[in-house]
Amino acid sequence: MAKLTLEALRKMRNETQQAMSMRDSSKKDVQVIVGMGTCGIAAGAKDAFGAIVDAIASKGLTNVLVRQTGCMGLCHSEPTVEVVAPDMPAVIYGNVNADVAREIVETHVIGRKLLDGHICDRPSVDIIANK
Amino acid sequence: MAYQQYLLVCGGTACTSGQSLELAANLEKGIEAAGLSERVQVVRTGCLGFCEKGPIVKVLPEGTFYVCVKPEDAAEIVKEHVVKGRVVPRLLYDEKQAKTLVGEENIPFYQKQFRIVLRNCGVIDPEKIEDYVARDGYKALEKVLFEMKPEDVVDEILKSGLRGRGGAGFPTGRKWQFAAAQPKGQKYMVCNADEGDPGAYMDRSTLEGDPHSVLEAMTIAGYAIGASKGFIYIRAEYPLAIHRLEVAIKQARELGLLGDDILGSGFSFDIELRFGAGAFVCGEETALLQSIEGNRGMPRPRPPFPAVKGLWGRPTVINNVETLANIPVIIMKGWQWFSGIGTETTKGTKVFALTGKVNNSGLIEVPMGTTLREIIFEIGGGIRNGHRFKAAQTGGPSGGIIPPQFLDTPIDYESLAKIGSIMGSGGLIVMDETDCVVDIAKFYLDFTVDESCGKCAPCRIGGRKLLNYLKKITDGRGTEQDIKDMEAICDAMNKASLCGLGQTASNPVKSTLRYFMDEYLEHVNERKCRAGKCAKLVRYSIDPEKCKGCTMCARKCPAGAISGTVRQPHSIDQTKCVKCGACESTCKFGAISHG
Ligand SMILES: Cc1cc2nc3c(=O)[nH]c(=O)nc-3n(C[C@H](O)[C@H](O)[C@H](O)COP(=O)(O)O)c2cc1C
Repeated sequence: MAKLTLEALRKMRNETQQAMSMRDSSKKDVQVIVGMGTCGIAAGAKDAFGAIVDAIASKGLTNVLVRQTGCMGLCHSEPTVEVVAPDMPAVIYGNVNADVAREIVETHVIGRKLLDGHICDRPSVDIIANK
Repeated sequence: MAYQQYLLVCGGTACTSGQSLELAANLEKGIEAAGLSERVQVVRTGCLGFCEKGPIVKVLPEGTFYVCVKPEDAAEIVKEHVVKGRVVPRLLYDEKQAKTLVGEENIPFYQKQFRIVLRNCGVIDPEKIEDYVARDGYKALEKVLFEMKPEDVVDEILKSGLRGRGGAGFPTGRKWQFAAAQPKGQKYMVCNADEGDPGAYMDRSTLEGDPHSVLEAMTIAGYAIGASKGFIYIRAEYPLAIHRLEVAIKQARELGLLGDDILGSGFSFDIELRFGAGAFVCGEETALLQSIEGNRGMPRPRPPFPAVKGLWGRPTVINNVETLANIPVIIMKGWQWFSGIGTETTKGTKVFALTGKVNNSGLIEVPMGTTLREIIFEIGGGIRNGHRFKAAQTGGPSGGIIPPQFLDTPIDYESLAKIGSIMGSGGLIVMDETDCVVDIAKFYLDFTVDESCGKCAPCRIGGRKLLNYLKKITDGRGTEQDIKDMEAICDAMNKASLCGLGQTASNPVKSTLRYFMDEYLEHVNERKCRAGKCAKLVRYSIDPEKCKGCTMCARKCPAGAISGTVRQPHSIDQTKCVKCGACESTCKFGAISHG
């Protein structure tokens, strides 16, 4: 990769910001984000990740992006999975084993309903997005 | 069609015992009666914390937070909030206090946590530099390299009031100022990621979740003090954090955000990792420098301070991971913003690893000045299994125990020192009445004796002596004179040890003596441990009046210490009993107790 100049870094920031706000609805408009810190992995986040990827493939969904992230801080409810879908509030699910992971795809991603019994509170406001 | 509104009803244990499920059913009925089932979904959640104020209802998407909601409040919530879009003020949590703590940041509804250090943790993919850049990553670096002189950067950090989060709380700007004032030449910037206190994992999680924030901060610090080289000292026991740092450094180098002539600014800076083998003393800055140089990690007296004479005798700034993760935000938002958060003497936030007997253990970040009560009972959801709060330990093996009378003390460096503990790096361990304070002091001493490097006598010998006394007391052989001797040793270690390890190792003993002397005296005078933790002092017995002779306990006992005939009262052979407590938890008739 070429070294960035100041302008190139700014351009990259703008482009990625736009890509992340998912304005291009023809492509992936749903994000499923799995917490993969040491705590999450120890609690089984890799199983949840695998189950989500399999469920998405077997349902033939092409609009879903599965991502990893670090610890969301909810150690008491690991593994945690966040789902961001258009026209729905972004929510974090806790204690997501492989079965719950499949239910999340079934109910939230496809059925567009929130799943009972697993939602955790978002820890705080986002100081970056709330500029 | 998607729903437009969601009512989240807490389905945690505390809230369900407060009839939250009836409440959810009532809300559903009300919404159906209003003909809005297609538009509004009622969802039962896991525990939302805040169990003290349950049942909790949270309305999405806007986030209205209702507390102490009863099943009969459902009708009003539906009629007012759902149908007319007006909040029900009487059910809201008072949000005034949070507003004053976090300055002008606009908090729509009640929120205890405030994330500066953890801003990206759980949001970005830590292995994608693009994710970090999109969230204003490396924007502070741009500003520093192209709009600020090194002395402006130092000044900004100085004015922000940021203090070191590695434990001692030294003003970060002052440290940078010292190093910047040294004559030009080779200088170094070091990140301390050794994090070895039992129960602490704040720095590891930050590095795992947001490695670029630390790289960016180190580069900014390098620019401010005139260093071209940085080291991250991280323990080899943190493989995932190491992996993510390696990926991040590689990406930053490829894009020219590390290396020569960063972004064409003419400033060059690079970072290397150094692995620690997991010795607690190597977290102490002078020992850490020895370890980076390839020597055995042993502390040396200060001065000279590392900012004057550090790595290979060159000026070196050492900062903790959490301290550094604050830097890019301070540069971006300005010192005024940062110094508006926290208390008079301590600005910003603190990350805690909240563990022990709380319902919701986790990694939390709160504004300085938050109270222990808010942390334990609101964020942490209270004490597990309906037990009582006994004490909290902050600062790990260098810290002290905080008893219930200080639950409402606003947390900052000074207030914690005043009550005999320290902020430390952020481990926060919660204890209930089944924890014995003498046993806890023994646990920490065991750790520091193990980790003492042995260079100075007060720490090497004093620590061992203290541990021996504690063992004697928990074994039921202690005397009141032992307690007096321990107090003298604590003082001597505190005054005469070479480094922070020995100087603070006696804190767990000192603070438990200060607040729980009665329990020490019980151990030595009555040979009694009220928590039932000190095995040699515990005696299990069966009440013949209550015992039904069901034989359950005899079958559970791993030592074969219980005997008796069916339907006749049983008894325990004290010489065989191993004090595991299995009999007591098995008995359905409450016939077995310990004392
Ligand atoms: C025994 C001992 C262990 C320490 N361990 C750590 C540690 O794991 N991480 C850390 O950042 N600071 C640790 N410190 C504090 C460091 O010596 C130093 O004060 C700190 O890294 C400075 O960074 P700060 O000003 O950003 O807090 C330890 C100190 C002592 C005495």
